[in-house]
Amino acid sequence: MSDIILHGRTVVPGVAEGEALVSHEPISGWGGIDPARGVIIEPRHELFGVCFTGKILVFPSAKGSSGWSGFFQTTRLSGTAPIGMIIGRISAKSALGAVVTRVPAITDLDADPCEVIHTGDWLLLDNSTVEVRKREPAV
Amino acid sequence: MYLTDEEKAMRDGFEGPAVAAAMDLLLRYGAALDASRLCDIRNVAGTMTQPSPVKARLVKEHGWDKAFAVINLDSDGDFAVPPMAVPTCQLQHGFGDDARDVVPYPKQNIELQASAEAFYGRHGVNILATCTPYQVGNLPLRGEHCAWMESSAVIYANSVLGARTNCEGIASTGAASLTGKIPCWGNHLDSNRHGTHLVQVDVAVDSFQDWGMLGYFAGGVAGEDRPVITGSLGRPDLTDLKHFGAAAATSGGVELYHIPGITPEAASVEAAFAGRGVPSAAVYGLAERRAVYETLNEIGDSTDVDFVLLGCPHASVDQMRRTAAALDGKRLSPSTELWIMAPRALKEVADRSGYTAVIQQAGGRVLTDSCPAMSRAAPKGTRVFATDSAKQAHYLPAILGIEAWFGTLDECVDAAVTGRWNGRLD
Repeated sequence: MSDIILHGRTVVPGVAEGEALVSHEPISGWGGIDPARGVIIEPRHELFGVCFTGKILVFPSAKGSSGWSGFFQTTRLSGTAPIGMIIGRISAKSALGAVVTRVPAITDLDADPCEVIHTGDWLLLDNSTVEVRKREPAV
Repeated sequence: MYLTDEEKAMRDGFEGPAVAAAMDLLLRYGAALDASRLCDIRNVAGTMTQPSPVKARLVKEHGWDKAFAVINLDSDGDFAVPPMAVPTCQLQHGFGDDARDVVPYPKQNIELQASAEAFYGRHGVNILATCTPYQVGNLPLRGEHCAWMESSAVIYANSVLGARTNCEGIASTGAASLTGKIPCWGNHLDSNRHGTHLVQVDVAVDSFQDWGMLGYFAGGVAGEDRPVITGSLGRPDLTDLKHFGAAAATSGGVELYHIPGITPEAASVEAAFAGRGVPSAAVYGLAERRAVYETLNEIGDSTDVDFVLLGCPHASVDQMRRTAAALDGKRLSPSTELWIMAPRALKEVADRSGYTAVIQQAGGRVLTDSCPAMSRAAPKGTRVFATDSAKQAHYLPAILGIEAWFGTLDECVDAAVTGRWNGRLD
């Protein structure tokens, strides 16, 4: 087991600790998530059917409609939000989305977070750093 | 982030609690973007009236002022919404009263939206109710800084008009409407407006369908960056570039493109790249055109078409005129419906010109305000739909779980009349 520390730029300040859910594909808001359930619903997406509630969501970028931030704000109002966001490349959509989801968020990391972090890793997101504790390999 | 004295006063509550909440959101958003300052804007296109379950609950329990604070400013405060500080328009939203008995759409949504229109109208929001504000009088000037939502409108404003806006969201446009401010970041800055990818077109592009397919290809090439398109292009009109941009914003996340000689910010390919050197080109030839066509038609299986959808983005008057001409004297198949979506202001023109009557005599409908994707509503029992819009062919199968065919206006009208899809790529 090895720990990795990533450094980046704070998008939304704060501390979050929890399990990583990693998407290698961009995430859509409108037509991409069901905010009532906190689930990815885009049919051809690698995380189709997966729930992000209570996870630290790691993704390369936001795509699709300008409704992106509104959909993620609705996850907060519905109690289905992720607890943190690690964003590969920031955009107006994902920046505003992280702000209105009101969870700690980070971008511009010194390594590609979607490659370094794997789903199930334990993360400590603390403002401008991410501590990655790799999931124990199955014995 | 640098703030002027005026902006500090807004932040500190000198213009009231709603403006202070708006400025708080802009400061959080500006920090998230790492913006160095705000810029002044006088043109906001956002959404306040679109029905949603969360909005319905907030309005029922606390009223419209609270719903605006929570959804449009991301604020927990309790305050009255002041008049809009700068010109602000409502984009497309749900279906309205004119869709009753035509569109299977909840009556309570129509009523919530009517209540919203009355509230926001009193606060100075122009209810344009279209994804194409630039077709109905909101035409920003070159270089004008705006705060717009709606990806197809953002790409049109930046690329065709030379205005400057990022792809904003509900809360940022809400905050902009009360302050006249938005983070000066991204597309607002000269340094972010040059091309990044070159698309060399080697097959003639001179029809509405071909402009849509080329846009879909360009979005795939450029992703979230800025394609420059050159080669064997005919001269596009508003309708062609409306389709091109919507498609490029759908397959990728394009917010700004240049077509040297046509769009205003790039007189030549070299100028489009602003002296940074012209990158090697992605070629759009016969094979690439065929591949885009097949991608847009890959969800089509059954050729029994029960729904034809035109007007995405919302139709121009000319698209309604051409649809009427294609339907003149014909009758839709009893198993097929045809809807054309348009801004309500332009439907008025179509009504007056007699186009709506011709479309209705054939059994079709001219509808306003919304679209099937936005409102998740199609004719009851729809399994297979046909459209002339690359954007709807991309989105609607996922949103409604139906099959899609993509073709020309004439092929779509033929499908509505015969109930069968006979489209093919020449």
